[in-house]
Amino acid sequence: MVAIHGEDIPVSHSADDEKPGFWARWFYSTNHKDIGTLYLIFGIISGIIGGFLSFMMRMELAAPGIQYFTNEHTYLVFVTMHGLIMIFFMVMPALIGGFGNWFVPIMIGAPDMAFPRMNNLSFWLLPVALICLMISFFVPGAAEGNGFGGSWVMYPPLSTTGSPGPAFDFIIIGLLAAGFSSIFGAINFITTILNMRAPGMTLHKMPLFAWAMLVTAFLLLLALPVLAAALFMLLTDRIEGGTAFFDPARGGDPQMFQHLFWFFGHPEVYIMILPAFGIVSHIISTFSRKPIFGYLGMAYAMVAIGVVGFVVWAHHMYTVGMDVNVKAYFVLATLVIAVPTGVKVFSWLATMWGGSIRFSVPMLWALGFIFLFVVGGVTGVMLANAGITTYLHDTYYVVAHFHYVLSMGAVFGIFAGWYYWYGKMFGHHYNGFLARVHFWLFFIGVNLIFFPQHFLGYQGMPRRYADYPVEFEYWNMISSWGAWVTLASVAVFFIVVLEAILMRNKRRVGNNYWGEGATTLEWTISSPPPYHQFSILPRIEDEPAHGAEEGKA
Amino acid sequence: MRAMNAMLSTIGAGALSLMAASAAFAEGLEIGPEPKGWFLQESATPVMDELIKVHNLVQVIITAIVVFVFLLMAYILIRFRESKNPVPSKTSHNTLIEIIWTVVPVILLVIIAIPSMNLLYKQDRLPETELTVKAVGNTWNWLYSYPDYENVEEWVSNPLDETQAKEVGQPYLLATDYPLVVPVNTKVKVLVTSINNMHSWAVPSFGVKMDAVPGIINETWFEVYEEGTFYGQCSEICGIFHYNMPIEVKAVSKEEFARFIAGGGLQDDKMAGLTTEAPVTDVAMNGSADVTANN
Repeated sequence: MVAIHGEDIPVSHSADDEKPGFWARWFYSTNHKDIGTLYLIFGIISGIIGGFLSFMMRMELAAPGIQYFTNEHTYLVFVTMHGLIMIFFMVMPALIGGFGNWFVPIMIGAPDMAFPRMNNLSFWLLPVALICLMISFFVPGAAEGNGFGGSWVMYPPLSTTGSPGPAFDFIIIGLLAAGFSSIFGAINFITTILNMRAPGMTLHKMPLFAWAMLVTAFLLLLALPVLAAALFMLLTDRIEGGTAFFDPARGGDPQMFQHLFWFFGHPEVYIMILPAFGIVSHIISTFSRKPIFGYLGMAYAMVAIGVVGFVVWAHHMYTVGMDVNVKAYFVLATLVIAVPTGVKVFSWLATMWGGSIRFSVPMLWALGFIFLFVVGGVTGVMLANAGITTYLHDTYYVVAHFHYVLSMGAVFGIFAGWYYWYGKMFGHHYNGFLARVHFWLFFIGVNLIFFPQHFLGYQGMPRRYADYPVEFEYWNMISSWGAWVTLASVAVFFIVVLEAILMRNKRRVGNNYWGEGATTLEWTISSPPPYHQFSILPRIEDEPAHGAEEGKA
Repeated sequence: MRAMNAMLSTIGAGALSLMAASAAFAEGLEIGPEPKGWFLQESATPVMDELIKVHNLVQVIITAIVVFVFLLMAYILIRFRESKNPVPSKTSHNTLIEIIWTVVPVILLVIIAIPSMNLLYKQDRLPETELTVKAVGNTWNWLYSYPDYENVEEWVSNPLDETQAKEVGQPYLLATDYPLVVPVNTKVKVLVTSINNMHSWAVPSFGVKMDAVPGIINETWFEVYEEGTFYGQCSEICGIFHYNMPIEVKAVSKEEFARFIAGGGLQDDKMAGLTTEAPVTDVAMNGSADVTANN
C-alpha cells in the first residue's frame, strides 16, 4: 500500500542478526518473530488436539446408536473441549499471536512490539492454560464421568450444580489464563500500532492486516474482561454456600450469565475472523498485482463490524424468552452487519477486477475463503431473523453456519497466511504441488462435512446429541465421510511442512518472492528477516493518495 | 451395517417404513424428521406456515447472492487471469459502485426485515388462548399438566427405549410413553420452565422452541390444524441424556379432548401388552386410584 525509500532499509543485517542460544531464544524470548513462531507451533499442536476431538465426534455420529462413546458424557466433553480448544488455543493463537506478532511490527516499520516482555508473558500463559484444560479431561466433572460436558457456552446451572467436580474449575482457571494472555496481547498490539509506526506511516496508510489487528485488539480488550468477570462469578457460584449470581433459588438469574457470555462471545467471533480479513486483503492484492480497492472503505468496514459486533449479542439467545421488542432490535442490528461485510466482499472482487490474477497457493486459499465466507455469511442473514431462528436455533443449521465462517473462514485465512508468509518466516519455500493437494482435499473435505449439516438443521436435528433418530442417518453419514477427507488433507499438510523443512537448503527464497504485487514492508527485508529488523527506521513516502500509486521503491 | 442400509434404502422405502410406523400407532398425521429429508419439516400450525414463507423468501435472496458472487468471481478469475490480462489496471476507487454495493444490500435487508418482523410478532405475541398447558423440563424427561384442569394430575412423559419404540411402531428418540395431548384448532398457551438444568421445549412442525429455565416461566403458543402426532427434541444442552428427552404432542379432536379431560387424563396405554417393562415414573397416572377418585 505504501512506497518507501529503498535507501532507508538496512541492507546488511550482520549486526542485527545475532541470536541467543537455544534455551534463551525459545524460552526467554522477547523477540516478536520468535514469539510469533512459538504461537504458530502452539496453534498447530492445539489444532491436532481439537481436530482429533471433532474427528471422534464425526465417527460417533456416522451412524445412529452409540458406537464409541459408551459414556455419552464423554461425547459432551469432546464437544465442549473441541469448541474451547479450537477457539482459544488454535484460531486465536495462530491468527493473532502468530501472524499478528510476526507481521504487525514489520508492516508498520517497527523494530519489535512495544512491550516485548509482556509479549513473552502473553505466550507462556497459553501453554499453562492448555495444560489446565487437558487436566480437566481426566478429573471428575459431573456425576456421570470425568471432564466438563456443558459445552463451550458453559451455561449455568449445568456448569454450576450440574457439574460439581473439579473438571470445570480447571477449565475456568485455564480460560482465565488464556483470557489474560489475550488482554496483555491486545494492550501490546494497540500500543505498538498507535505509537510505533515508522515516520510517514499514518493510520490511513497502514496495511489492512495491521488495521485488522488494531480493531481485533480493541475487541479483545473490551470483550475479554467481561468473560473473565462471568467466569469468576461462575467460580464463586460453584463454591458450596458461595454466591448466587446465577442461582434462581437464591435470587439469581441464570440468563444473566448468557448475556454476559454472549457480550463476550459475539465480539469473539469477529476477533477470530477480522485478522483473516486482513490476510486475505493482502493476498488478493498481491496476486492481482493491484492495490486494494477502496482501501479506506475496507479499513472502516472492519471498524464498523467491530463496533456493531458489540451490540448484537442477544441474537444467540432468541429462544430464551426475551421480550419481543428486544428481539426485534437484535434482529435489525444483526442484519446491519451484513452491509460492511458486503462492502468487504465486493471490494475484494473489485480488487481482482482488471487485475492480473495468478493462482498461487495462498491465492487459492484466499479465493476459497471469500466464496465460503459468503456461503457462511448468508446463512447468518437467515439466522439473524428471530422468527426463523426459533426453528433453527440449536440445530445443525447453526453448526453448519458457524463452521462455514470459522472452519472455512478463519481456518482458510490461517492457511492462506501460512502459505503466503511461509517463505518470509522461514526463508525457504514449500512444494507447490503438495500444497495444492492440501488445499483441494481440505476444500472438498470441509464442504462435505458441513454442507449436509444445513439439511440436518432444516430437518430439526438438535446440536450436542451423542445419538439421533434413524431419520437423520443419511446426511450424518455423508458428513462423516467428509471427516475422512479432511483427515487426509491434514496429513498432506504435515507432509508439506516436513518436505519443506527437509528441502530447505534447495529452496531458499529472496526478499520478495511474490514479485511486484507484494508491496508491504515485510517484502523489503530478507527472508527470514534479520533477528532485529529496522535498526534504521524506514521512511514512508508521502503519496498524493493512499494506494493510488503502486510501485516498488 | 446401518450405513449400508441407508445407502441401499431409497427415499421411497424410507417413506414406506415411516407410513408403516404411523399405521401401527397414530391416527392422522405424523410429523417429525424424515429419512434423507433436506428441508424444513412440514407445517402443522399457522405460525409454521408463515415461518416457512419468510424462510423461503430469505432463502431465495441468499441463494441469489451466493450464485451472483460465484458467477462474478468465476468471470473475474477467467477474464483477468495472468495469461489473459498481463498488465493490471491501477483502479482503486469508484465512488458510484461503492455506493451501489452499500445501498443494494440495505434494500435487500429491508425486504427481508419487514416480513421477518411480522413473523416475529405473530409468533411471540400470544393471542387469546383457549387452553393452557405447562411443560416442565426435568433431567431427562418432560412433566406436563393443565393448570386449568385440576382433575388431571401432572404426568411424566418419558422417552421410549429402542425396543419399546419398535414394538409400538414409533421412532426411537422421538416417541414418549405418555405424550402431551392437545385439541386441534385450539389456541394453546404453553408455559415452559425447568426444575433443574436448562432445557428447551421444541416442536419443529409447530414453529415453536422455548427454553425451559429454572426460576423463569416462559410462554409460547400454537394452534394445530389437524389430528396427529408431532415430534420434537430437547434443544438446550442439559447433560448426559440431552439426546434422549423427546417431545411428543398428540393432537386430538375437541370432543376427544373433552372426554380425555373428563376421564382425568387417562391415555391409551401404549405400553400395555408390551414385552418390555414400562418406564419407571414417579408420578401416578393412567388408571391410578387417585386420579379416578378426583372425577
